[in-house]
Amino acid sequence: MPQNNQQDAVPIATVHFLYKEGSTKRIALIIGLLLLVITSAILSAGIGTVSLSPEDTILAIGHSCAVSIQKSLHGYVPVIAGWYDAIPFTIPAPENPQAELIVVGFRLPRIFLAILTGMSLAIAGAVMQGLLRNPLVSPFTLGLSSAASFGAALAIVIGPGIIGAWLFLSYDMFIVVMAFVFGWLSMLLVYGISRSRGTTQSTLILAGVVIGYIFTAGVMSLKYITNNEKLRELIVWLMGGMWGASWNAVLLLLPLCIISFILLERKAWDLNALSAGDDVAKNLGINVERLRLYGLMISTFAASCCIAFTGVIGFIGLMGPHICRMIIGNDYRYLIPCSALMGAAILLISDTAARTVMSPVEIPVGIIMYATGGVFFLFLILRARGRGLY
Amino acid sequence: MEIVIDNLCKDYGEKRVLDACSFSLGNGEIVALVGPNGSGKSTLIKTIAGVHNPSEGRIGIDGKNIRDIDPVDLAKMIGYVPQHFTYTLYSTVFETVLLGRRQHIKWSVSDEELSRVQQALDALEMGHMAGKYMDQLSGGERQKVFIARALAQDPQLFLFDEPTSALDVRYQIEVMETMRAITWERGVSMIIAVHDLNLAYRYADTVLLLNNGKTIGYGKPADILTPGCISTVYGVDSFIVENDYGKFIVPFRVKTGN
Repeated sequence: MPQNNQQDAVPIATVHFLYKEGSTKRIALIIGLLLLVITSAILSAGIGTVSLSPEDTILAIGHSCAVSIQKSLHGYVPVIAGWYDAIPFTIPAPENPQAELIVVGFRLPRIFLAILTGMSLAIAGAVMQGLLRNPLVSPFTLGLSSAASFGAALAIVIGPGIIGAWLFLSYDMFIVVMAFVFGWLSMLLVYGISRSRGTTQSTLILAGVVIGYIFTAGVMSLKYITNNEKLRELIVWLMGGMWGASWNAVLLLLPLCIISFILLERKAWDLNALSAGDDVAKNLGINVERLRLYGLMISTFAASCCIAFTGVIGFIGLMGPHICRMIIGNDYRYLIPCSALMGAAILLISDTAARTVMSPVEIPVGIIMYATGGVFFLFLILRARGRGLY
Repeated sequence: MEIVIDNLCKDYGEKRVLDACSFSLGNGEIVALVGPNGSGKSTLIKTIAGVHNPSEGRIGIDGKNIRDIDPVDLAKMIGYVPQHFTYTLYSTVFETVLLGRRQHIKWSVSDEELSRVQQALDALEMGHMAGKYMDQLSGGERQKVFIARALAQDPQLFLFDEPTSALDVRYQIEVMETMRAITWERGVSMIIAVHDLNLAYRYADTVLLLNNGKTIGYGKPADILTPGCISTVYGVDSFIVENDYGKFIVPFRVKTGN
């Protein structure tokens, strides 16, 4: 037919072209987000009660890095230290003499904690949504956040004591372990419910929310029975915030986050296949039950470790992945890193706003996040009307 | 490839939904599973696909029990399209079809894999839709995408559960013609569960008639799909029309009396 010939004459976008175009777009977004996170971090390090120029901020970071590299080289490998000293240019100290203390001592740990927490929660959200094939799933809605906070709160109240000493755990580590144990417990409950017969997706969410309340009740009762000194610390978990930031926390979380990211990223194709349903995934040679347990365990681990330092932080796990899905689609190879950076950017910017809008008074990051998060959630629901989220 | 289903049984709790099912098929052969709702067609297909473990009996491929075959290798041999399909909003057509190549992809996607996706889409005349999102398609188009995914998987045994349920008359014929052609060209086997008795009649080499999990008849379509058999299993009166184009089954009323 002549009509068909005409259609053939129009160049049709081939699968090859579409794939390459899609990949380019996705990589571009990842690079863009990476730049956004780095820029926000530098700007965030400069603003606060004491304002610093971007030059001073960068010099403070650079100079302090250079000095500590020099110190450690002289301390451990004096052979190379000679070469290092011979480098003809040096990074000058910032003009403001206090810049280094403010930036490196106080602001950077907090910035890193915000980035790592945002990443972990967003990755956990993205992976959990895929594993349970439910768009409303996140560490927050599944009760994981509350459960992990309860674990952390319990650790604060009872202290490492005998159990901690027996496990050779420091105070910080004990909190992390307890957060993980309780986080994992709540996930096992949710997973068990999701496996029992006749469970609908809404029952799953409902169960998660209710489990969250039960653990919140636990945290609240701990608040009553504990003494004043520890009460202050407890409030942190309830409100959620970056007050717990320290270089120790950052150095502990950094490797955990990187390992969780790599382990989950390796399962990206299996997560993609799972989007076609359990039956198809099984036919494609994937051990669905094992993948689900493995993925939930790793994402719970990543999320609960961060929650141990920050307390309940909601919406990141829901917001990050959804925004990314809308922009770049559902390919988990890109969705995981993209969500991670999106989560990092959202939390970092929210936290910077939280500590600067009413400076010197600091407001909880939750105020900023939940307000924007709530609006986003409404947008999702309105958008879903007539279209269906999944 | 020789597929032998031997005395296959499947229980859901106390209930036996598939009872002692046995049949075999070879290269280029299409077996149609026919029977009323709840007769065990889907269960049989899912059990062969590896979604369920059989309660009794065995499924053999070239003399090997599929339980002894590595799931990754099995994924390259058996392609399955379920009756109810799941998809995500934010996936495009070609990404969905690409999932069929899961076991051939380590991380990045080679040009060859993409070419196979293109071929699978072209075989169903879906090439121009490659970049569309799944939720932009009609139900029938979506069903074709899932068939394309199984084609991209390039297995030796295809399992289709109601592959034409969402398709209009034209697409039903198109898809069945394509499947018939593929079985002959590639020398592959197909097990298809269908409700439309005429599709089974026209395109299948062998028909397996199931009722309440039991095998009622197994053989050539003309021998199994008789008005008598249809009346027993479905409780429907029917007659057969024969003209230049072949034989057609016409069910016309629910059986009255007994």
